[in-house]
Amino acid sequence: MKHYKPGSSIAALLAVVVVAAGACGGSDSSGGAPVTEGGPVALRRLTSQQYAQSVHDVLGERIVVPSRIEPDARIEGLLGVGASFVSVTPSGFEKYEAAAIAIAQQALSAELRGANVSCEPASPSGSDDGCATEFIATTGRRLFRRALTEDEIAMRVAIAASSATELGDFYAGLELALASLLVSPNFLFRVEEIEADPADGSRNRLTSTSVATRLSYLVWNSTPDDELLDAAESGDLLNTDTLAAQAARLLDSPKAEAGIRAFFSDLLTFRRIDEGLVRKSPTQFPAFTLTLAGDAKEQTLRTIVDHLVTQELDLRELYTTRSTFLTPSLGSVYAVPFGGGAWGPYEFAEDGPRAGLLSHVSLMSITAHPGRSSATLRGKFVREVLLCQDIPDPPANVDFSIVADTSGELRTARERLGEHVTNDACAGCHTLMDPIGLAFENFDAIGAYRTQENGADIDASGNLDGQSYNDAIGMGQALRDHESLGPCMTRNLYRYAVGRNPVPGEQVLLTFLDERFADSGYRWGSLIDALVLSDGFLTASGQREAEEAVQ
Amino acid sequence: MSKRINRRTILRGAVAGGAVGMGLPLLDCFLNENGTALAQGGAIPVRFGTWFWGCGMNPARWAPPTEGLGYELSVELQALDRTLSSGGKVRDHVSVFSGFDVKLDGNPNFPHGSGPASNLTGLFAPADGVFGAASIDVLIAREIGGATRFRSLQMSATGNRNHTYSRESATIRNASEISPMEVYARIFGPDFADPAAGEFVPNPRWTLRQSVLSAVKDDRDKLMSRVGTHDKQRLDQYFTSVRQLEQMLDVLLSGPPDLPSCRRADDPGPDILEGEVFQNDLDSVNQRHRALADLLVFALACDQTRVFNMIFSSGISELTVPGLNTTHHQLTHDESIDAELGYQPQATQFVLASMEAWADFVERLASVPEGDGTMLDNCLVFANSDLSYAKPDDVRGLPTMIAGSAGGRIAPGMHIRGNTDPVTRVGLTVQQAMGLPIDAWGENSLQTSLPVSEILV
Repeated sequence: MKHYKPGSSIAALLAVVVVAAGACGGSDSSGGAPVTEGGPVALRRLTSQQYAQSVHDVLGERIVVPSRIEPDARIEGLLGVGASFVSVTPSGFEKYEAAAIAIAQQALSAELRGANVSCEPASPSGSDDGCATEFIATTGRRLFRRALTEDEIAMRVAIAASSATELGDFYAGLELALASLLVSPNFLFRVEEIEADPADGSRNRLTSTSVATRLSYLVWNSTPDDELLDAAESGDLLNTDTLAAQAARLLDSPKAEAGIRAFFSDLLTFRRIDEGLVRKSPTQFPAFTLTLAGDAKEQTLRTIVDHLVTQELDLRELYTTRSTFLTPSLGSVYAVPFGGGAWGPYEFAEDGPRAGLLSHVSLMSITAHPGRSSATLRGKFVREVLLCQDIPDPPANVDFSIVADTSGELRTARERLGEHVTNDACAGCHTLMDPIGLAFENFDAIGAYRTQENGADIDASGNLDGQSYNDAIGMGQALRDHESLGPCMTRNLYRYAVGRNPVPGEQVLLTFLDERFADSGYRWGSLIDALVLSDGFLTASGQREAEEAVQ
Repeated sequence: MSKRINRRTILRGAVAGGAVGMGLPLLDCFLNENGTALAQGGAIPVRFGTWFWGCGMNPARWAPPTEGLGYELSVELQALDRTLSSGGKVRDHVSVFSGFDVKLDGNPNFPHGSGPASNLTGLFAPADGVFGAASIDVLIAREIGGATRFRSLQMSATGNRNHTYSRESATIRNASEISPMEVYARIFGPDFADPAAGEFVPNPRWTLRQSVLSAVKDDRDKLMSRVGTHDKQRLDQYFTSVRQLEQMLDVLLSGPPDLPSCRRADDPGPDILEGEVFQNDLDSVNQRHRALADLLVFALACDQTRVFNMIFSSGISELTVPGLNTTHHQLTHDESIDAELGYQPQATQFVLASMEAWADFVERLASVPEGDGTMLDNCLVFANSDLSYAKPDDVRGLPTMIAGSAGGRIAPGMHIRGNTDPVTRVGLTVQQAMGLPIDAWGENSLQTSLPVSEILV
């Protein structure tokens, strides 16, 4: 993971001071959570998925949302963190505007306007300020995630009126008013606002509407519904009981599946599959089509949702479970008999070579080159993404030629990568990565099983921070038992929820959250519950200040 | 040509020593009364572009053996030997800069990241993939891009929108267009005012769209008062982008461009990106590159933009050829140096292919007549790569080239040896040629106040 750490050192310092004070202050009423202070808030641009999901929730599932809007940026390994740093470029705004018009035309088409506009205009061919006001206020509240001000409404009623008159069509006028909501920074960015905590004026808390938005995008990956906004606008949401009840309601909703999928897709870099960027040599791996890659992603997400939400099982066992879902085309890559139709549940055989997410085609393909597996990339993925350990950047001026010349005496990746650990410049980092990655050498660049490379037997044995294994299954067990696995997932979900890396003072909170997670037997719902009720989710040191000026 | 006022002279005279990166408005004397189109139809705009290829070259085989005008072509620059239909060779329009270094001063050499970051900003890379400031194309676009429909156009033949070296700031990237079909729709779709279409009738929706944008701008002050300085910068960027779209609508309302070479491009047809298996082989990439370049040339001929960025292959080049189970980037690290040849033969085929693609691109610009010459005479295209010798990720002797005459501001067709001077000398030259009021550029060992004066007219 790269060490790009913008942000305010003052805020971080403040957080440390506050925690030091809070450590003596005991705990609050929410289940023994330590009193801490969240790091700084910032505007968070909707990811392309959040944009589409929000439009669908507010204006209808049938709306076709243009897919190539401004791309998201991955910072510190998460699009969810990048969202706190990106803005809107000229070409990006052009695309947002074109998308807004396309969406507004669909939402107010003869077919869909009945569902989206609750009032009847006085005349379909002219302006009607009353009906326009009702539509703009209702729809705008869902899009801006708060009630619109009178000015914000009046300005758009005026657009609707002049456009309706110009175009001779009430709904065409409304289209432009709706477009003005969809291109507004109040829609494209989640505005996280803070206010002084009335119980302790020295502390800042998020406003109730900002909490509603955080909660909704964390659990649903979409905009709050009216019930959540009602609770926010009455201020009731800031009561612990109400917040807990709303969190439970959101988690119980069918929309929660989109939320958990969004988090794991972000963490596991599945966006690369969505964008067609996980590519394999077509001559070498003709089976690896875009459809197959999409199926592979879907397999892993279905496995995660079933395991964590439907079955409510221990998160750590995602790395050992043999339960999954397949399609016939995936079955042929796995070389297992799968006679089902489109999708069906499947158990990998007890005596077979596969168990856990890291034996899936999706992750094995993402962490491989187009024509070859990569023990280094796979080890890096496990260290950085699953164990939250930093790997330093490779040094410059390295002769890589011996590592990948398969024509000579060195036939397996283990033999070739031996050079990494006998070369001092390489060993520092590669001893952290390669041994883990070699555990997966039985899976080629698309995750198909093999026992030999270039005619030599593959040795997949190794040792993960003290626990030995013989193959990928043993590696999965070692990962499941690793002391950093749970804390790393807590840290990643926290970063995703608050849109930034933790500031130093938040470590005590992360430790607490991980203890709660462990106490629950690593049940996903318990982690979400503890997180959304924590000070890290509800408070902030202030607003993020600009980085030091670059000369 | 003699009628044109040398704008660089004016700007440098007017604001000598002015702050770096300050965008100056176009001087009124160049504009018509709407401030949207060049006055006296027929005045030819000067354009700036970048052209990027990944994974560098073999320094000893790439650098021309002789210096100055009419330089002798090296083995890896044979592509520039092509004869242009407008006369002369590609070489006569392309200056080559060898031996100019990206200095690191002890900063990390992020593989494939440090070279472009320093070459395009004059600053050390703060982190992998992060630039220290806005990139050179954005600095120039802020200067000359404001009067056209698009401030700038970014394109990549790689199929990945994230392949871009254009930065508004350290973390804000200008994404690339990857689909010829989408580029066509964006530039030559229904909003394009075709000069051949008869009487111009403005679309009433353009004015209504402007009213939508003014409503958005009314949100500005309230939002600004509620955020910290980090977000103020981001919102400033957002509202700059809103203004650019207002500008676009102004240009649309002012009617079709009045340039003799302007006409609507041909529809490139369905997209080859949509197939089940993505093709990175040279033939497919060349096909996408040519399709994008053709659309770009038509866009330039109609003055739809004056700034562009084209990426042929990315820093971690994924180029391949049928039958090869690896990529250009992987080969640069993996392939052994052939003992007899003294270089990596497989990896080197992609260097040669990249130079052929560069020659293709230059040739296309030279194919459009403009004024007494061709469009190429009114362009400055800054070609650059991320590395020199890619095997060890070397950034010393980072290869750059400049094609075109920038409307008479550049003397083309020279080979200049840098002798380990900082690569920022070339970037400074480019900015001065494009009229930026800048006397010095870069930080620490990358700092220079010495343009490559041999090529400045």
